[in-house]
Amino acid sequence: MPTVRYESNSYELKDSESVLDALLRNEVQVAHACKAGSCGSCLLRAVQGEVPTQAQAGLKDSWKARGYFLACMCRPEGNLTATVVESDARIKATITALDHLTHDVLRVRLACDAPFEFRPGQYVTLFRDNGLARSYSIASLPEEGEIELHVRRISSGRMSGWLYEEARAGAHVHLQGPSGECFYVPGREDQPMLLIGTGTGLAPLYGIVRDALRSGHRGPIYLFHGAVRPAGLYLNNELKAMAAAHANFTYTPSVLEGDKPGTFEIGPIDRIVTDRFPKLGGWRCFVCGDPAMVLLSKKKLFLAGIAMRDIHATRSCRRPREAAARHVLIELSATKLTRRLRFACADLSRRTPRRDDLHAADEQRVRNFQASPGARGADAE
Amino acid sequence: MHIMSATTVTLFEQLGGKDAVEAAVDNFYRRVLTDDRVSSFFDDVDMDRQRAKQKAFLAMAFGGPNNYSGKDMRTAHARLVTKGLNDSHVDAIIELLGATLRDMGVAEGLIQQVAAIAESTRNDVLNR
Repeated sequence: MPTVRYESNSYELKDSESVLDALLRNEVQVAHACKAGSCGSCLLRAVQGEVPTQAQAGLKDSWKARGYFLACMCRPEGNLTATVVESDARIKATITALDHLTHDVLRVRLACDAPFEFRPGQYVTLFRDNGLARSYSIASLPEEGEIELHVRRISSGRMSGWLYEEARAGAHVHLQGPSGECFYVPGREDQPMLLIGTGTGLAPLYGIVRDALRSGHRGPIYLFHGAVRPAGLYLNNELKAMAAAHANFTYTPSVLEGDKPGTFEIGPIDRIVTDRFPKLGGWRCFVCGDPAMVLLSKKKLFLAGIAMRDIHATRSCRRPREAAARHVLIELSATKLTRRLRFACADLSRRTPRRDDLHAADEQRVRNFQASPGARGADAE
Repeated sequence: MHIMSATTVTLFEQLGGKDAVEAAVDNFYRRVLTDDRVSSFFDDVDMDRQRAKQKAFLAMAFGGPNNYSGKDMRTAHARLVTKGLNDSHVDAIIELLGATLRDMGVAEGLIQQVAAIAESTRNDVLNR
C-alpha cells in the first residue's frame, strides 16, 4: 500500500482511500469541506512522488506546476510526500460589513490584502483561523473593490453560525480561489440570457447579470429568483430598480408559498420558467442554488433546446442532513410524465423527514445524487 | 476500427470529423433522454459527464479515433446489463443514432456505415 508522508510522519493509505481520508483517519488536522474536489479547501502540495491527474483537475496551471493537489481526490499509486500549501495560494481578507438581507441571509463584505482577480459568479473558499472552510459564490463586480458573499444561515452550521453570532467588521479570514466556470463571457451580445436561482443561488446571478449589463449585453436578460416564502426574496428592490433602468433586463421573483398574485409568481421555479419559455434554442443560461433544482432545470433547459455548452450551473453545497428546502416539488426525471418522480422534501433544519415520506427508489436516487462528485459546490452553510 | 469508403477518405472525414461529433451530440443526447425505451439508462445526475460519454460513443460510431476496447465496452455496460439492458435497447440506440444523422442531412449510405459500427459493439455492450 502506498504511504503519504506529511509533517514528518508517514501514513499508510488503505484500499482506495484518499490522502485526505488517510490523514483524517490518523487525526491529522487538514482543512476540508466538500470532499468532492470542488471547494479546494484541502489543497496540499506534493514535494515528492506522482500526483494522479484527477487530484489536479480544475487547478490553475501554475498551481499544477508547483505540485498543488486536492487531497480529497488524491489516490496515489506510489508513495507521496505532501506539505501545506505556501501562503500565496490563500490571501488574507478583512470583513468590512455584515448586513442582514433577510432573517437568514447575511451579506458579507470583504476587503482583500492583495489583488484578487475573479469573474462575478465564480466562488471562493473562505477560511477561518481555526481551519474551517466553506465556499461561497461572489456577487460583486471586480471594480467594486470588495468581495460580496451571501451566506445562508444553516442550523448548526459552523461557518454561518460564526458569521452570524461572533464575527464582526474587522475580523480576519483567508480566501482561496476563485473557482468555477459559472460566469459571463463577453461576446454574442444579442443572445437571449436566462438566469435561474433559488435562495442564495441569487448571489452568483446578481454578479453575472450586472457583469453582462456593464459589458454591453444587448439581448434580453431574464432573471428568475425563487424563494420558499416572500420574505426570502432578498435584493428585491435593487433588482426592480435595475429592471426599471435597463430595458433589456426582466426580473421575475417567485415563491412556493404565497397568495399575493401580481407581486410574484407562485410555484416551482423550473415550471414557471418552462411555462414562460417552452423553446429556448440559442439561449445562454445560468442556474444556481438547490442541487435538485439545478439538476432538474439543467435537464429541462437542455430538452427545451439550449446547447449543453450554453448551460452554466453552480449547485449549493449541502450535507445530506441539511438537504432540500421545504415542500419543493422535485421531479428528478424531467423526461416523461410517466417517469416523473415527485416528493416533498422536508426541511430538515425544522424537522426530520419520515422515512416513509420517500419512496425507496427515490431515496436511492437522492443518495446517489448526494454522493456524486458534482453534488457539492459553492454556497455552503 | 476505421471503415474505409471507396476512396481513401475515411467515414469519419466524410461525416465531418470532430465538428460533426460536436454537432450531433446534443441532438442525440436529447433523443435518448426523451425516449421511453432507453431514457432510464441515461438518467445520470451528472449531465456533463453523461454528455462526454455520448461524445466518445459518437466518435467511435462515426469511425473516428477512439480509445474504446471491447473490454472497456463490457466493463462500462456490465452494471446496466444487470439492470435489464438487452437487444431491444441496442436496437433503439442505433435507431436514434440514425435519426440524429438524418436530422443533420447525412446521406443514407453513411448512416448505414455508422449503424454497422455501432452494431459491431452489440455483443460487448451486452456482455455476451
